[in-house]
Amino acid sequence: MFDIVSFIPRAVMQGIPLLFGSTGEILTEKSGNLNLGIPGVMYVGAISGVIGSFFYEQSMGGAPLNGFLAIAIPMVCSLLGSLLMGLLYCFLTVTLRANQNVTGLAMTTFGVGFGNFFGGSLIKLAGSDVPSVALPATSAFFSKHLPFAGNLGWFGKVFLDYGFLAYLAVIIALLCSYVLNRTRAGLHLRSVGESPATADAAGINVTRHKYLATCIGSMIAGLGGLYYVMDYACGVWSNNAFGDRGWLAIALVIFTIWRPNISILASILFGGLYILYLYIPTGTHMEVKELYKMLPYVITLVVLIIVSLRKKRENQPPASLGLSYFREDR
Amino acid sequence: MEAVKNAVRMENITKRFGTKVVANNAVNLELHEGEILSLLGENGSGKTTLMNMLSGIYHPDEGQIYIHDKPVTISSPKDAFDNGIGMIHQHFKLVDVFTATENIILGLNEDGKLDLKKASQKVRDICNKYGFDIKPDQKIYDMSVSQKQTVEIVKVLYRGADILILDEPTAVLTPQETDKLFQIMRNMQKDGKSLIIITHKLHEVLEVSDRVAILRKGEYVGDVVTKNADQQSLTDMMVGRRVSLNIDRPAPVNPQPRLTVEHLTVYDDLGVKRLSDVSFTANSGEILGIAGVAGSGQRELLEAIAGLYPVAEGAINFYDPNVDYSDPANKPKSLVGMDPMSIRKAGVAMSFVPEDRLGMGLVGTMGMTGNMMLRSWRKGKGLFVSRKEPEALAKRIWEELEVVTPSTSFPVRRMSGGNVQKVLVGREIAQEPAVLMTAYAVRGLDINTSYTIYNLLSEQKMKGRAVIYVGEDLDVLLELCDRILVLCGGQVSGVVDARTTDKRQVGVLMTRVGGGEADE
Repeated sequence: MFDIVSFIPRAVMQGIPLLFGSTGEILTEKSGNLNLGIPGVMYVGAISGVIGSFFYEQSMGGAPLNGFLAIAIPMVCSLLGSLLMGLLYCFLTVTLRANQNVTGLAMTTFGVGFGNFFGGSLIKLAGSDVPSVALPATSAFFSKHLPFAGNLGWFGKVFLDYGFLAYLAVIIALLCSYVLNRTRAGLHLRSVGESPATADAAGINVTRHKYLATCIGSMIAGLGGLYYVMDYACGVWSNNAFGDRGWLAIALVIFTIWRPNISILASILFGGLYILYLYIPTGTHMEVKELYKMLPYVITLVVLIIVSLRKKRENQPPASLGLSYFREDR
Repeated sequence: MEAVKNAVRMENITKRFGTKVVANNAVNLELHEGEILSLLGENGSGKTTLMNMLSGIYHPDEGQIYIHDKPVTISSPKDAFDNGIGMIHQHFKLVDVFTATENIILGLNEDGKLDLKKASQKVRDICNKYGFDIKPDQKIYDMSVSQKQTVEIVKVLYRGADILILDEPTAVLTPQETDKLFQIMRNMQKDGKSLIIITHKLHEVLEVSDRVAILRKGEYVGDVVTKNADQQSLTDMMVGRRVSLNIDRPAPVNPQPRLTVEHLTVYDDLGVKRLSDVSFTANSGEILGIAGVAGSGQRELLEAIAGLYPVAEGAINFYDPNVDYSDPANKPKSLVGMDPMSIRKAGVAMSFVPEDRLGMGLVGTMGMTGNMMLRSWRKGKGLFVSRKEPEALAKRIWEELEVVTPSTSFPVRRMSGGNVQKVLVGREIAQEPAVLMTAYAVRGLDINTSYTIYNLLSEQKMKGRAVIYVGEDLDVLLELCDRILVLCGGQVSGVVDARTTDKRQVGVLMTRVGGGEADE
């Protein structure tokens, strides 16, 4: 029997990193920057948080952690790490007008390498006999649930049984949706992504908007990495464990046709599809499991085809996505 | 003599691009308050560059700008708005997926929350005041070119501009729309606004402006009061020497059908009918003009013939000049269902000069030689292509058509519009086609280059080729073509003899199928 009450919370926990990643990437893409470095940014966001909390835990030498610092230090480290990645991407593509695809792919390679390098270093520093770093004390703070969640039966399990970052992800997504569609700042940002020359002629600072959107987007995406390590993986970092979730986040951007509010449900759906194979008994047929793992990607392709068939202008990517802008280009 | 107040004075303005190109050299320009000034010059004479410095897109390297006699520095479009300057660009600066209102308020930092309803009301008020006709909540991609232009004008008025710059506003309008625009310009003038209009069409300069300022090769030549000028004198000032403004139009010699189109109907990919039951014949030794409001099916018609647009119903037949069709055994070739490659393989000598020169016609990053090879690469033997022939052809076009370029390998993207067009037309003519189709062959070209193109087309006609000329300037269509086919909403609303018809009749046909009900 399919156990929906235990399936949904796990789908949500799978989905939250994707939600952070896709919200960040949507914001970035609305400025016309196609940041394919998001998987790398999420890696850096994760490892930066791990580095911060590792040294904090070390410095306490086993004494109980201060709750505020245990959360603040990794958060700030993670935000800083992904901010630097965002800045680097902007500097290369906006200021130096490098090709966005090449830069993004290079940043993904770099981010994954960066994460594995420092992850490996920490593993050595910790002197552990398994290839991973465990930060259970910090993780406990990140995954703290509402105390009464367990008393409310299935309702508590499905809706209340998550760490605070999960709720933050939903709030950020809703906030992004509101800002993009209902405010002047959102209108200006969208115009930069659609037609930078128009925005420029209207007196909107294109460079500033691109930098801001991309850096904030990177920081949001970085939190996805942090959530993955601290909450989902219970504070255990091992190299390459984050896997291809970053790419899934980018696929989600297309799947949701650039709408962060839709991404809330869509990322949970993707999270569910990602782990569906664990819930469907396949016996010894390992190959069938692999087919189930394909589902998120297949569905993204199907959505892409449907969207391009319908040709509704509002559902198309921002018109200048992937292009760099130079005012005096003739 | 009464003292004139200057809305704008530009003093010794110089602008360079890179180290070699001097777009403007020590230009002095004055715009009086409450006047309509025409800025005239050939392509590449620096008109748009000069105006872009007023609107904050470019920054002058040297010189000083005065607005209402106060020295100002305009380093961004925002500075321009703050000084009351609004520019309506030739290529509209609008976001397609936004509504009119969203585009109009874009970039404004009004106090308080974004209130689209209030903004829409203000837009409506401006429209009522000057007589514009747009819906504030309509999306830009749903609008006609003329409506988009209106949005641009409302945009600058909404910002309270009192100095308006219009960069070739009439290039994309029908004669009726142009008249309406001029009326609006006069309304604005009466309201105390000062306007600069850039246009290549001399009769419009004479009709709408009070004064004409002329630029030549980036330098200021002088100004004349419009009352004292005529087409010939303006052209001579612009070009710097005497230019003949006559198009030679010999009578067609022995016209034979080359291309017949019968009951052609096509649909676009959204299922909207773009051409409906179009029939006509293009004869050898004749220029067939195609007139119509932009988007009436001109593009679809040419692309359907060229094999680039799917044909739903109807027939397109090609008559080879080397075949004797009086012999009933010889049948014309049907082009329906063929792509450009198979049309060429079938030996159909047809050339197409598309309106999108750098998109469909040429590869922007390649030089002249490379672009010539696009037509000849299949000719070589084996794996390798021959560069010799295309190189020779490129050289010939370079010399005969006076293309301004440093070499035959200089990327065509970086040439001016007129030169790009010469390369494209030159290449297509060199194929010696039996049917030559051109779409907006002189769009954006100055008067001198335009006449070069007209003469080339007339020459082709004299060589017995069937020329199809899709154009937008009715004066030219009437002077250049032998017959004019008028399209309206994808239907043929009439075929007229260019020698006997007049602008008014064609204009009416353009807006009404059959041209019924002569007046509004």
